[in-house]
Amino acid sequence: MHRILDRNFLILLTMKIFQHNLKTLALLLLVFVPITTYASSSGEGQVDTKEKVDGYILHHIQDSHDFHLFSYTNDAGERKHIGFPLPVILWSSEGLVSFMSSEFHHNDDGNVLVESNGLKFAKIHGKIFELNSGEEKVAFDDEKHATNAHKVLDFSITKSVFGILFVGLLMLFWFSRLAKQYKKQQIPTGFSRILEPLVIYVRDEIARPNIGEKHYRRFTGYLLTVFFFIWILNLIGLTPFGFNVTGQIAVTTCLAIFTLIIYTFSGNKHYWKHMLWMDGIPVFVKPVLAIIEFAGAFLIKPFSLLIRLYANITAGHIVVMSLIAIMFVLKNEIGVVGATGLSLVLSILITLIEVLVAFLQAYIFTMLSALFIGMAVEEHEHH
Amino acid sequence: MQDLLNDFSPGLFIIQTLLLLVLILLMVKFAWKPILSSLNEREEGIKDALDAADKAKRDMENLQADNERMKQEARLERDAMLKEAQAMKKKIIAEASEEAEKKAEEIITKAQTAIQNEKKVAINELRLQVAKYSIEIAEKVLEHELSDKKKQMKLVDTLVEDVKLN
Amino acid sequence: MYNLIGAGLVVIGAGIGLGQIGGKSVEGIARQPEASGKIQTAMIIVAALLEGLAFGALILGKG
Repeated sequence: MHRILDRNFLILLTMKIFQHNLKTLALLLLVFVPITTYASSSGEGQVDTKEKVDGYILHHIQDSHDFHLFSYTNDAGERKHIGFPLPVILWSSEGLVSFMSSEFHHNDDGNVLVESNGLKFAKIHGKIFELNSGEEKVAFDDEKHATNAHKVLDFSITKSVFGILFVGLLMLFWFSRLAKQYKKQQIPTGFSRILEPLVIYVRDEIARPNIGEKHYRRFTGYLLTVFFFIWILNLIGLTPFGFNVTGQIAVTTCLAIFTLIIYTFSGNKHYWKHMLWMDGIPVFVKPVLAIIEFAGAFLIKPFSLLIRLYANITAGHIVVMSLIAIMFVLKNEIGVVGATGLSLVLSILITLIEVLVAFLQAYIFTMLSALFIGMAVEEHEHH
Repeated sequence: MQDLLNDFSPGLFIIQTLLLLVLILLMVKFAWKPILSSLNEREEGIKDALDAADKAKRDMENLQADNERMKQEARLERDAMLKEAQAMKKKIIAEASEEAEKKAEEIITKAQTAIQNEKKVAINELRLQVAKYSIEIAEKVLEHELSDKKKQMKLVDTLVEDVKLN
Repeated sequence: MYNLIGAGLVVIGAGIGLGQIGGKSVEGIARQPEASGKIQTAMIIVAALLEGLAFGALILGKG
């Protein structure tokens, strides 16, 4: 009963924070960012056919180098994009190079070249390529792979990095305020009052039962950080700003590797013994089992962690956007009103489910991290 | 798998690693440590307060039990005292009545003795009187009867009879 | 083509497994409502592991 209440409470809370985020983010955008309008150089028009929808969705779930808010076609038939550029920082063959992403003029198929430090760069499907020296134009092979350019290490402040920075600052702001409130009073007020039970929830429902009374204190900080990081990013992904940070494989890999490092380095003697030379089985099975256990600890566990988060969030985004796309794709088959209504109902329903999934994935990631850490530090006095 | 590897951006991975590391360190230092220690403190405080309340309750219960016991004792004592007083009363009454009886008896005895004595005195007096009267009668009879023998005899008989009766 | 079929098979298996987990844990909760918290936790963990397996198969199968 207690748990069910908890869950409902969390869902309600999710909605609250969702609203709060929207407001804060909108405010931040208004204050700090010069919103620019720029015309599209390529011929892409309105997104209204099946192929274009597919392309749009695939484009969306990728990271992007500029913060795109929305697009429209003006009276002159010109495609306008509203948003703001983000800095591009590259580690090229000539060292660090940086310029604003607006120099690509929203082009994504390698036709616009940016010259910097005597090098030429092109953006192809969200990835930045450096042209080999002496080349003037990107050449493609049959499978549309660039033949005369190579990838560079991309340290740009992409949309995802922007999202990470934003959530990091938001978390620091919220939770340091909560921490400060305790100095003056026993019970926090305002928004901090919502944060407190969440912190207690993670500590008492995730960290304590899975790691054990004796060791959980050491890891609670990491688990709390990861939980709120993933949850807030998941929720921001549901806003129309179109973040897809936790759907970036690089981000989830990083999170999984953090967990891997933590449970590997905090593993006690028994953990390693159990992994490499298990008790109570015939000697000739031991090496085989050791290999399996080793692979489990170093490959399967982190891989399942990173893939689960990535796939759930990406799938969620694809489903939501596909349902929204019903509006355009089925316009001719079932009429404008029918298509819009169908799309609206379905996408609202799936968004509600996604709000739940946003929490659930953060919960599961944190929970499994705690479980793996708990396995590593578990003590076996009774053996 | 190929798509996945193609999607993987090493630059983003490195940035995320650095940012996450910094975030964890900052959060632990500025948020989680003070928050968790405050929560702990508060929970300890609540636990202590609850323990104290529990203790107070137990003390109170003990006190009440003590009171109850003392009341019970007092009641028993009072009952005993009452009983004793009752007994004393009965005893006193019994003693008093006994004494009164004795006194009454004594008085009665004394009275009886006095009556007896009086009676004896009276009888003696009476006897003396009777004797005197007898002598006077005898004198008179003698004076009268000496004239008539028969009458004399009869008188003597009657007198004797009277004397016998007395 | 074949790897997609393989991935599909794994997903079917995972679906059956998830059904089993869900059904059995509901039965467990019905039998012992006071243990629902523990059962839910165990259910979510096992379901998450299974889900990871299914996703792994999907991604490997996609090529």
